[in-house]
Formats: sequence, C-alpha cells, structure tokens
Amino acid sequence: MEIYDGEFISELESIARRVRAHAVTMIYQAGSGHPGGSLSAVDILVAMYFHLMKHDPKRPDWPERDRFVLSKGHGAPALYAALAEAGYLPVAELESLRKMGSRLQGHPCMRKTPGVEMSTGSLGHGLAAGNGMALAAKLDRKLYRIFVLCGDGEMDVGETWEAAMLASHYKLDNITMFLDRNKLQLDGPTEKIMSLEPLADKWKAFGWHVIEIDGHNMKEIIQATNEARSIKGRPTAIICHTIKGKGVSFMEGSLHFHGKAPNDDEYKQAMRELGVAPE
Amino acid sequence: MTWKWESQRKQYGRALVELGKERSDIVVLDADLSSSTRTADFASAFPERFFNCGIAEQNMIDTAAGLAASGKTVFASTFAVFGTGRCYDQIRQSVAYPKLNIKIVASHAGITVGGDGASHQIIEDLALMRVLPNMSVIVPVDSNETYRVVKTIANTKDPVYVRIGRADVPTVTDEDTPYEMGKATIMRDGDDVTLIGCGIMTSKSLEAADELAKHGIDARVINLHTIKPLDEKTIVKAARETGGVVTAEEHSVMMGMGSAVAMCLVENFHVPMKRVGIPDVFGESGACTELMERYGLTMENIVEAAHDVLKRKK
Ligand SMILES: Cc1ncc(C[n+]2csc(CCOP(=O)(O)OP(=O)(O)O)c2C)c(N)n1
Repeated sequence: MEIYDGEFISELESIARRVRAHAVTMIYQAGSGHPGGSLSAVDILVAMYFHLMKHDPKRPDWPERDRFVLSKGHGAPALYAALAEAGYLPVAELESLRKMGSRLQGHPCMRKTPGVEMSTGSLGHGLAAGNGMALAAKLDRKLYRIFVLCGDGEMDVGETWEAAMLASHYKLDNITMFLDRNKLQLDGPTEKIMSLEPLADKWKAFGWHVIEIDGHNMKEIIQATNEARSIKGRPTAIICHTIKGKGVSFMEGSLHFHGKAPNDDEYKQAMRELGVAPE
Repeated sequence: MTWKWESQRKQYGRALVELGKERSDIVVLDADLSSSTRTADFASAFPERFFNCGIAEQNMIDTAAGLAASGKTVFASTFAVFGTGRCYDQIRQSVAYPKLNIKIVASHAGITVGGDGASHQIIEDLALMRVLPNMSVIVPVDSNETYRVVKTIANTKDPVYVRIGRADVPTVTDEDTPYEMGKATIMRDGDDVTLIGCGIMTSKSLEAADELAKHGIDARVINLHTIKPLDEKTIVKAARETGGVVTAEEHSVMMGMGSAVAMCLVENFHVPMKRVGIPDVFGESGACTELMERYGLTMENIVEAAHDVLKRKK
C-alpha cells in the first residue's frame, strides 16, 4: 500500500473545490446544464488529470498519452473545468459553455475541445469507444491506458454490457472503467427506475476485476487505479460510491439538480459553501 | 445483352486482403457475419487486426470509433439492415459527428436479399446515411467497381457508407474502368433522355437504353455510384442536353438516389422526371427476379418511365 502525504492529498482536494466552483459557475452562467452528475464525478476527474494520467496539456495529440473518455457526456462542465485547471484551456474560456461559437459544447465534442478524446452525450457509447482505443493500443504495442467514466444510469444501456463482454473477451487489461455510482438517474433512484444491484456481481460475472471505493476519497481513487494497473489479462471496473451534487448541500442527492441550473440565490449559496467568491 | 454475373462481396474480401498487405493501419470489424460479408478473408489473413464483436452492431460501431480515434483506418461490416438502422445513433454520434475514419461496408442491401424477406431487406439505408453530415454514400455498380471503391476510400480520412448486395450482379465495367469518388460515370451517350442508375439498376438502365434504341430513342446512361457527394454537374448537364431524366434504384423511392437527383434538378434545371424504385412498402420473401418484377425494378419499368418522360418533354 502506498503512503501519500497529507499535503499532496489536500492539494488535490483544493483543486477539486475549484473545479466544483467552476462547474457550478459555468452552468449558472449558461442557464442550463447538469450540476448533479458533474459534481459527483469531480474527485475522479481531478485524481486523473492531476495525478494518475500520463498526459501533456501542451500536446493534446501526444500519441503516448493516456486517454480519458467521459461516457456520461452531460458531466461536460466538470470535464472542461478539470481540463482548464490542468492547462488545456484558459480558465477564462469556461464562461463560454453552451454559447454560440464556443469550443465548449453542451456535451463533449472531440473536434472542438482540446483534451476531449471522444464526442459523447448520447449515453452508453463511451465504454465501447474506450475499448476501440484499448484494442488500438494493444495492436500498436503502446503502453498508454484508457479510462472511461460511466454513470450508473448508463448501466441500463444494452451496449454497455456488449462492451463489457468485448473488453473481457479481448483481455483488455489496459482499460479501466470508473462507475459513478451516485444512485440517481434522471427520473429517480436507479433501483426504482431500473434495478442494477447486485452491480459488482454483474461486472464480475462479465469477467472484470471489480473494486469498490468511496468516489470522493482521493486516496481510495488513487489506490484503486494503481491496483487496476497491476491486474493482467482482464479489465477493471472501479465502482465509485458517490453523492450526486457532492459539495453543494442542497444539490446533494437532489433529483431537481440533475439537469437544472441554480438561480441567483442558489448560486450565491453554492459559492459560499465551496468557499469561493461568486463571479 | 449478356452479362457476366459476379459477387460484389467477393471483391470486397479481395480488396480488404490487399489493403491489409499494403497497410498496417487497416483494421476490420464484423458482427458475426464475416463469412457472409467476406471480411472472413481478411480475418484469416490478418487475425490480429480483425475483431469480431459478436451480434452487437452498436458495440461494433463505437469500438470502430475508438480504433479510428487512435489512428486506425477501420472497415466495419455486417448486413446493411443491421449496419445502419440498428446502430443509427452510434453512426450519428461516434462516426459522422466526430468525422472519424470509418468505412461501413454493408452487404445484403435491398430486396435482392431474396428469401430472408422484409426483416432483412433494407430499402431505406441510403436515406438514413445520406442525411448525415460528413458521411459519403456509395453504391458500387458491380464487382469490379466494388473492388475499386474499397481501394479508393481507404485513402480518404472521412466516414463512408458503401452499400453492396447479396446476389451476384451483372458486370458492366471493366477491371480498368476508372473510378473517382463523386464523379458519375457516363456509360452510354445519347441526347433524347437520360437514364440514371445505381447498383444493379444501372445494368437495367443499359438494357432499357438498348430497348429504346430499337424505337429510335437515344438514351444517355449514367452510373451514379456516389450518392453523396452528388455529382450535380454531370446530372444538370445531362438534364440540359437531353431534357428528361429517369432514375432507377433498388431502394425506396421516398428518399434514395432518385430523390437526391430530383432535389438537384428542381433547384438547378427543371426537366420532366420519373423515379423507378421500390414504392413506399416493405418487401417480402421471393426469388430475386420475382421480387424485382413485383416491386417495379425491371428494364420494362425503366422503358415505360422513359416514354412517360419523353411525352411530357414535348
Ligand atoms: C441515450 C440517451 N438517453 C437519454 C438521455 C437523457 N439523459 C441525460 S442524463 C440522463 C440520466 C443519466 O444518469 P446517470 O448515467 O446515472 O448520470 P448521473 O446521475 O451521474 O448524472 C438521461 C436519461 C441521454 N443523454 N442519452
């Protein structure tokens, strides 16, 4: 087990706080977007872009880079905020989200935004696309890794399980899926809309190595990702137990804030809670 | 006219194997139909660059997207009915929108599928594919052209949909007939009326031209192998010089090649026109020739349409 000094972890945590504040601000300024699913994924994104991935914001096309696919494309604000903090985009550009002519489309577009590896937004595509990248890496004998972040709502999608089968059939040990298990989808709790449990058993049955963690705990995210790296001959699913809307009290566990921008008062309170002055 | 009848799929398989030899970036995917689409030829020559995705067409298209985003030139094949409608969202979101280097070469299109019936006879794939931005759409006329099309599109970086059939088709081009994407081929010159065909209906158009010639009518025959981008120049020139156009396709007349030509002519040079194709109905089981007769895809149907156009020409 690796030891991380507290300072390093708290540095990641403070980046995560900034990314949360950017994401909420962007959605507020755009007047639309998905705060809930953006906020639940922030800690995973920050651990990836600020510690775990081999990448170079100055060279988004660097062939050896690790790839990150945001399969739940509606989490775009969190992805863009992490990309901006990492240096792919000017932070000032974040306010252009969803505006005419912006590089920051409502859902990720790989042709418009540096650092975006796959265009997503229609749910359930990302894992299969990640598999394609993993196959290419194997063909080219490259060591880069592929990380895909899926929502638990995407577990309803048949193609997710087609991709689950393909990854284990082709022994893709270079792909890792983070499952943002915030237990809510658009219409309600996942177990009410379409039961998923026992979810870990399902992934195990499909031949995946499965790890369950607290998806807001940086140490656990880092350890699980490193464990995935050491698993040979099969892919790894990291089930990240998270809270939808994490970081803003009235958005936590809220269905309302799945796809709704905060109003003026809500925005001010959110910024207070995140310890950032409103813009 | 006596044609040699040959398989388009066989030439697809041959072209793929050649490409595999020439280039290491060629990767082929199939969805449990490789023996039918003939991607199996590539699979046995280059097993490490062939991925069977199982009966999971949506999965196949998104996997192709990941491979293409990583620098591969990807050919993905299955039956046209599954390779378009079944995975339309995947093609839209992950192939056309990000403009990835994926060639969907789909076989068993149209009613010449025969006995399998309407469930397998897609008559709307051209409509689905041509409406997608960034997507090119090609219907090779015969086995020779299939080979050339596959070799040609491998050199482009953009998405292409190629429609081929199950049945053997008349060989109307030579092995060295030049092929240029987006440039229609004039198969026969004439000034009285223009017959525009694609796929198997080009040979029917040539037969119709012979028949019309017996009545002193000189028909120009165009092989419109590329439905998109559309060769508007050749189409408008033919309309201008002959004054009437008949299109013929093994596809629903609702939104196929004939509609593309009609839209082009309405906006550029309005002449009497008639579309020969499958009316707005599903197919059924039967032998190819029976089905072609039943759904109005014969040489006689084209001749009749030409007479109708000539009458309206005045
Ligand atoms: C194929 C598809 N169907 C429906 C939608 C609309 N939609 C957007 S987000 C969402 C719920 C997603 O739930 P989940 O994956 O759990 O995301 P999270 O809760 O993390 O935001 C739905 C149904 C979509 N984007 N794509």
